[in-house]
Amino acid sequence: MATFEPALFARINKPDSALLKTYQADGGYSRLKEFLSMAPGDVTNIVKDSGLRGRGGAGFPTGLKWTFLPKDHPGPIYLAINADESEPGTFNNRYLMELDPHQLIEGIILACHAIRSQKAYLYLRYEYGTSYRVLDAAIRECRAAGILGNNILGTGVCCDIVLHRGAGAYICGEETGLIESLEGKRAWPRIKPPFPAIEGLFRKPTIVNNVETLCCVTQILYRGTEWFKSIGVPPDPNNPRDPGSYGPKLYCVSGHVNRPCCVELPLGVTARELIEEHAGGVWKGRRAKAVVPGGISMGFLSASELDTRLDFAGPGRVGCLGLGTAAVVVVDDQTSMVDVLYNCCRFMSHESCGQCTPCREGTAWMTKILERIRTGQGRTEDLDLLMEVAGSMGIIPGTTICGLSDGAAWPVKNAISKFRSEFEDYIRSRKASVTSAQQLMAVH
Amino acid sequence: MSVLSEELREKIRAEFPKYPNKRAVTLPALHLVHDTLRAVSREAIVEIAELLELHPAEVHDTMTFYNFFKDETNPLGRHRVWFCRSISCMLRGGEELLETVCHKYRVHPGETTPDGRMTVEFAECLGACEGAPCILVDDVCHMNVNPASASALIDKL
Repeated sequence: MATFEPALFARINKPDSALLKTYQADGGYSRLKEFLSMAPGDVTNIVKDSGLRGRGGAGFPTGLKWTFLPKDHPGPIYLAINADESEPGTFNNRYLMELDPHQLIEGIILACHAIRSQKAYLYLRYEYGTSYRVLDAAIRECRAAGILGNNILGTGVCCDIVLHRGAGAYICGEETGLIESLEGKRAWPRIKPPFPAIEGLFRKPTIVNNVETLCCVTQILYRGTEWFKSIGVPPDPNNPRDPGSYGPKLYCVSGHVNRPCCVELPLGVTARELIEEHAGGVWKGRRAKAVVPGGISMGFLSASELDTRLDFAGPGRVGCLGLGTAAVVVVDDQTSMVDVLYNCCRFMSHESCGQCTPCREGTAWMTKILERIRTGQGRTEDLDLLMEVAGSMGIIPGTTICGLSDGAAWPVKNAISKFRSEFEDYIRSRKASVTSAQQLMAVH
Repeated sequence: MSVLSEELREKIRAEFPKYPNKRAVTLPALHLVHDTLRAVSREAIVEIAELLELHPAEVHDTMTFYNFFKDETNPLGRHRVWFCRSISCMLRGGEELLETVCHKYRVHPGETTPDGRMTVEFAECLGACEGAPCILVDDVCHMNVNPASASALIDKL
């Protein structure tokens, strides 16, 4: 394989990488006028032909999503950018926004042109204060240079971006939760259909795309679909429904590794390569016990599954929910899976929006059962109970409106099926591992 | 006597042109009021609702959904420091870091030090996992924090 040259991260190590002049010196915006002169449908077709799949977690083909908009709609049509990056272990959007905001802005303008939108709302999680200030400055630079606003670069195309800060809720990363939040309401996901492409933000047709997806759009327009398809994993010839996993991906590696990092690689790298070659191996000379493949809601890989390719299809082959955000979190062999699973369940319980009973109650009871196990009061039947609760919540069993619940159930299903003997030993030993730090947080 | 100053009202009104309706300004308005007054009181909710042409219950509903906003019974200190407790930080000592700081400054998560300097919070994933454990001081992230460096940051506030 030829050496891989980063595209999304081509500029991030340059001095002043966030400034307009740095981006322009690198050829950024140089062909924007040309692209905006193309028919919107042609831009959509390029993105469709590239095979780009959404980078936010679900992996839906981006170009196809754009074609779901009603034809000849009088407007307005909106683009909502999902920058509510909150999946534990994930931080690649932060790099893109802080270090190369213009690559994102150009992707937003191109996407708006393709979907005939003149207004993009960028929903940014509140915690990303630096991203907010960098993006705000970059948007101002663009307005002053005629790259955003009315009649962009004399093409007659209009586009502006509104930065909208969230208030610390994971559910706002769900696309209809994000829309409700933007409208000023509690972020309760909507029942679909209608999908946002038909009736979304302010009841108008809306496309919701992730930050990394839109940065890929910029790269695809400049480098071409052939370039994009030369990277990654082609569709499985034995599976006619597999659209493949093309293009570069920003992988995040954190947890018990020597050098936690965010690295751009072709889709399909294995978890082992990421840990050994890019993150400096497992820390303290230990071995990995479990690895989260794409944010905690995707479940766990066991130590024997580290050669799983992290493309859109790989994690699913070993019982994980999917590739998710490609955020890899490494758990070493000295750490209890009971403690790790408790952390995941506590997160999901805290972040469940409370709209659907199976999720609100399921996440809370799974956390309580694990709390009991961790005080030494667990019973082996608790494991079956956890599996029963996990199996009854989510879109897959058909009991909830959104996928948060599937993501809450998956770490439970994977941890107990792949590490059952450890859970049983823990319960039988009657040991307790609740820390005083956790008690301090439980008071609240 | 109104709770929101004319200056604050002007800032909220300046958000209107960005959105097709005033309700969408609920979160921006709550942020502006919360940042300035360090809490969103019942009176403030009523005044925000008037500005946005909403019922106060609608503003209250949105405000309380997000655990982010404090009401007048528990206002923010001058600074707010968040300690991440999610998986990557937990694996590298984030929870113990929070505990150490709480003991040192004699405060529970969610509460403010008696001198009003700092409100301590636990946070779910702050998105800085490559620098775990990480903390957020107001909205600026600090990575690879230990008890000593956290104290140094706090003492400078």
